[in-house]
Amino acid sequence: MKTRIQRFITAGLLATLAGFSGAAAAAEPASIGFIYVSPIGDAGWTYQHDQGRQEMEKNLAGKVKTHYVENVAEGADAERVIREMAERGDKAIFATSFGYMNYMLKVSKKYPKTAFLHATGYKMGKNMGIYNARFYQGRYVAGVIAGEMSKSNKLGYVAAFPIPEVLQGINAFIKGARSVNPEATLSVIWVNSWYDPGKEREAALTLISQGADVVTHHTDSTAVVQAAEEKGVYAIGYHSDMSKYGPNAHLTAVTHHWGDYYTKVVEQVLAGTWKPESFWGGYKEGMIRLAPLNPVIPEALQKRVAQMEADLKAGTLKPFAGPVVTQDGKTLVKAGEVMSDHDLEKMNYYLEGVTSKLPKK
Amino acid sequence: MLRLEPRADASRLMRYLSPLIAVALMLIGGLALFAALGKDPLEGFRVYFLNPLRDLYGLSELLLKATPLMLIAMGLSVGFRANVWNIGAEGQFIMGGVAASAIALYFIESDSGWVLTGMVLAGALGGMAWAAIPAFLRTLFNTNEILTSLMLVYIAQLAVSWLVHGPMIDPDGFGFPQSKMFEDSALLPELLGGTRLNAAFPMALTALGLGYVFLQRSFMGFQMRVAGESEPAARYAGFAARRMIWVGFLAGGALAGIAGMAEVAGPMGQLTTHLSNNYGFAAIIVAFIARLNPVGIFFASLLMALLYLGGEQAQQYLGLPSSISNVFQGLLLLCLLGADVLINYRLRWKPAEAG
Repeated sequence: MKTRIQRFITAGLLATLAGFSGAAAAAEPASIGFIYVSPIGDAGWTYQHDQGRQEMEKNLAGKVKTHYVENVAEGADAERVIREMAERGDKAIFATSFGYMNYMLKVSKKYPKTAFLHATGYKMGKNMGIYNARFYQGRYVAGVIAGEMSKSNKLGYVAAFPIPEVLQGINAFIKGARSVNPEATLSVIWVNSWYDPGKEREAALTLISQGADVVTHHTDSTAVVQAAEEKGVYAIGYHSDMSKYGPNAHLTAVTHHWGDYYTKVVEQVLAGTWKPESFWGGYKEGMIRLAPLNPVIPEALQKRVAQMEADLKAGTLKPFAGPVVTQDGKTLVKAGEVMSDHDLEKMNYYLEGVTSKLPKK
Repeated sequence: MLRLEPRADASRLMRYLSPLIAVALMLIGGLALFAALGKDPLEGFRVYFLNPLRDLYGLSELLLKATPLMLIAMGLSVGFRANVWNIGAEGQFIMGGVAASAIALYFIESDSGWVLTGMVLAGALGGMAWAAIPAFLRTLFNTNEILTSLMLVYIAQLAVSWLVHGPMIDPDGFGFPQSKMFEDSALLPELLGGTRLNAAFPMALTALGLGYVFLQRSFMGFQMRVAGESEPAARYAGFAARRMIWVGFLAGGALAGIAGMAEVAGPMGQLTTHLSNNYGFAAIIVAFIARLNPVGIFFASLLMALLYLGGEQAQQYLGLPSSISNVFQGLLLLCLLGADVLINYRLRWKPAEAG
């Protein structure tokens, strides 16, 4: 028979336990912040990141609550926005453009308990990791499609700035095209802006008037796809599926997918197992994909594309496998070897098949 | 029908009150906007206008953001007084930042205190050089300075883009468009530990003080005011119009250039293409809200800075879109222009004449 004291203790223990579980059930969802370089809009770089944010929030429903600030300039204002997120108690903060790098690094030192993640940069910290995707993998397959679909053997590329990431895309594209069509050549026009629909359109029209019958772009708007639709040539979109902007022109698009990565990182942060790392994912991690192929692409080619995508996923297809030859005829990587990540990150040249010259420094 | 009729005697008092009325109208419009977006207007007001100022850090950020606006608006006001329309402060700001960065990068090994002094001078000279182009074209060919100074903004933006992709690129920066980070000797000293507020703020206050003396107490300032009020009167008095154009542009260029220097040597610590955030254009609004008056510029800059900071807060805590700050700035300018029309004109209901 239990004494009164025993019963008292038992009741107390139960109450305490109940209290704990009650607290756990009512725990506030962890707050996660995102910083975007442009308004979200309905296609493009930021739009894809926001899709990833929503996917992550859905995957971790109840455990997290996300919020974002869009259109944050990559100047001094960024530091204040990042700091505000850390100050309000965000567990993880994602900054999705290169220009935030130094500001995020500075803030990360003052908030050692917060996980900071920066896309496309190269500086890391004790609590700051970096992430990016191998966009060039998708570009290579897109190049194969372009090389096969072109009748004039002239391809066109509208690009923003000659930084390694953009050059990787251009070079993978022409390398893919020439792997199936050795006659293929590529002209590049730089518009010196990530987002300028007017200039992107002008550049696309110029390329088309010079004979390009497949155009693609590394800029943020849908202008190139729209211009191709108007002129009756093919286009390959970038970032997002842009088929609704050019149902006939749009062969496919190299699309970005951040949702799985965001989910994985936030899960680690919540579990307390997150460690800063330099993460460069690709097909294998589901970060790169082609948008649904336009039915004008012959079935045989569609099958080959599917096989290439499977090989990229398996890691057996490497876009920058040798021989890699520059447009001046210099062999950078011999047959049988593969370009290292280190060399990829420093790319500052065109490969053979590109007829344009890089802007002189 | 309604018509606007010029008032015989525009109220002087109202000229100074109208910016305040415009602010009040903007606030009322803002509250209505919050309500229309489905937010509690009072909560919106609190987040937008009070939250940015809740602690010392917030205050320091407000002053930091207002500093370039004060500098540029003060310089522009000198020219605007004499109807010299320098619309290109944005370009002068960029060129000042570029010139100062050149000094910082050239002397990157040096820890001498003269580096910073050299950067301030280079910033001022860079801005002045850029402003001299429209002044030269105006005085020599009578070219419209509004167009030329504005066009030079785009040239400056492309020039800085070329520089950070080319000659001034950080060789260890993986090809990204940015310069090396500056050494401590090329960074403005901080005023308050743990904040970003730096020596540029007292420089801006000094500029406002000097601007006041120049405009209100010097003969040249008097000449410029006369020229602004009545060009024939200035010509009749024999004031040299060319000189005023040069003074207006060089003052605007020098202060915009120093503001550009303060941005690279302050919160940025390097040169990138994102040097300017339209400070040069926002400062034009500041100058007009302030009635080209240095005291007014101080307060108008703070208000403008608060609109930026509030917009960030509204995104963070209310989930409002980023365009909200632009809406507030637009409301403010619209209300001010509306108030000004009513100071100089009265509305009259006039029955349509028969026949």
